[in-house]
Amino acid sequence: MTNTAFSPAVLASEWIKIRTVRSTAWTLALTCVLSIGLGTLVARGLRANIDHAVNFDPVFAGLYSVTIGQLGLVVFGTLLVGSEYSSGTIRTSLAAVPRRGVFFAGKVLSGALVALVVSVATVIVTFVVAQTALGPYRTTIGAAGVPTAIVGACVYLTLICVFSMGVATMLRSSAISLGILLPLLLLGSQGLGNVPALKSVLQYLPDQAGLVLMHISGPQDDPRFGHDYGPWGALMILVAWTAAALVGGHFTLCRRDA
Amino acid sequence: MTGFLGPNGAGKSTTMRMMLDLDRPTSGDVRIHGLPYRRLREPLNTVGALLDARSVHGNRTARAHLRWLARSNRIPERRVREVIDLTGLGSAADKRARTFSLGMSQRLGIAAALLGDPPVLLLDEPVNGLDPEGIVWIRRLMKHLAAEGRTILFSSHLMSEAALTVDHLIVIGRGRLLADSGIAEFVDRHTRPCVRVRTPEPARLRAVLSDAGIRTDADADGSLEATGAGVERIGELIALHGVTVHEVTRRTASLEEAFMRLTGESDSVAYRSGEWQR
Repeated sequence: MTNTAFSPAVLASEWIKIRTVRSTAWTLALTCVLSIGLGTLVARGLRANIDHAVNFDPVFAGLYSVTIGQLGLVVFGTLLVGSEYSSGTIRTSLAAVPRRGVFFAGKVLSGALVALVVSVATVIVTFVVAQTALGPYRTTIGAAGVPTAIVGACVYLTLICVFSMGVATMLRSSAISLGILLPLLLLGSQGLGNVPALKSVLQYLPDQAGLVLMHISGPQDDPRFGHDYGPWGALMILVAWTAAALVGGHFTLCRRDA
Repeated sequence: MTGFLGPNGAGKSTTMRMMLDLDRPTSGDVRIHGLPYRRLREPLNTVGALLDARSVHGNRTARAHLRWLARSNRIPERRVREVIDLTGLGSAADKRARTFSLGMSQRLGIAAALLGDPPVLLLDEPVNGLDPEGIVWIRRLMKHLAAEGRTILFSSHLMSEAALTVDHLIVIGRGRLLADSGIAEFVDRHTRPCVRVRTPEPARLRAVLSDAGIRTDADADGSLEATGAGVERIGELIALHGVTVHEVTRRTASLEEAFMRLTGESDSVAYRSGEWQR
């Protein structure tokens, strides 16, 4: 029923939608503030207690906070889609752009571009600020492994935002989507991920792949932190999650009555 | 201009959504200018639609809403200003849509429908929520748009509303087509003219009329209602037989009554008002 194609007009239209609601500014500000603020706190804390720090890694100190900051981008992506359904705008949108694949492509792409720009800015600023806070224990942005970790963090944040958009399109509701996404992205790393029996499965959750992609999942030779895959594998896992959400979202959008 | 009528729940809005490819029909298809809606490249330039007027993100201003809509169909930005002026949104254009009254939302919905200057307009209950001034405004606007040669399909659950404006009527009741005809033809077919006579000698008049083959019914206030003859014939009969009368009036059953009868007869009124009156 639809041909998925790219339309610059639809992309521009979705860009106007993004710019003209307050939630955009709030959620993106939340991303920056959480990442930079917590990054500074973590770095200061580590610096003060450096003698007791286990497995101290300045890259971890510089990027860990974006795993919390990602919540802002998750909410941003979810609301971008969910508000269409909660407000009824979806009917106006699809009346204007009846080729649903084109609409979906425009929406996802516009959201992804915004997420990418915000991610790059947030990650770099967070990293630099955190390194400054580390003082003598800092590393530099050009040190071995740091550029790939930074690129990994940017890619992770962007993909997780796109993933959220796909999930929200499948579920057609912001509240239900967030109810699933937030535990999914937090429980794995913060809670259940540390249970050895579950780890072999939970390590494939998106946030776990994200840690590996950002090079902050801990020393890989330690069984408590190790994963069965490396950064490239992590990228594949994240792309697979995102693609699955997008395929599901596209399918739902094309099949269901608006 | 075609009126699309039916009682609440008859399926008017659903039909309109199906026309826009928003809902999928169980069977059949809809074509506009020979094409299914989804095949129209920039559909707002062909079809303008007002569906639920509240289908606007509450946090966005009216102008922003119109701007993204215009952009999606490559409609020039100046058109946004034009429809804002045309629909009298004026100073409300830069207010957030959630602060709008239903009437204002309705104006915004109509502005959105007119954005692409389309030859076809689908308006679902355009009169809903408008104050008397707004109702006069929308009637004038619709007449003006029709006079420009546009095709307008507008739905209503009020027959009187349609009767004032349309040339053609489509009536549905719970999924069935009940009428599809010109307004004059509809009046002819579904309303029967009758003559009301007020007289101090009802029994005599009855006898006179029934001898002439004219049916009479007693009205609630004691006057007689004669059907089957025009006011001229009845006047002649009265004069011929010297019956005293106080009043002879031609009455046409209203379209509203015809509509009620039509949808009532078909037993397809989804929510019959009588059921709620105990």
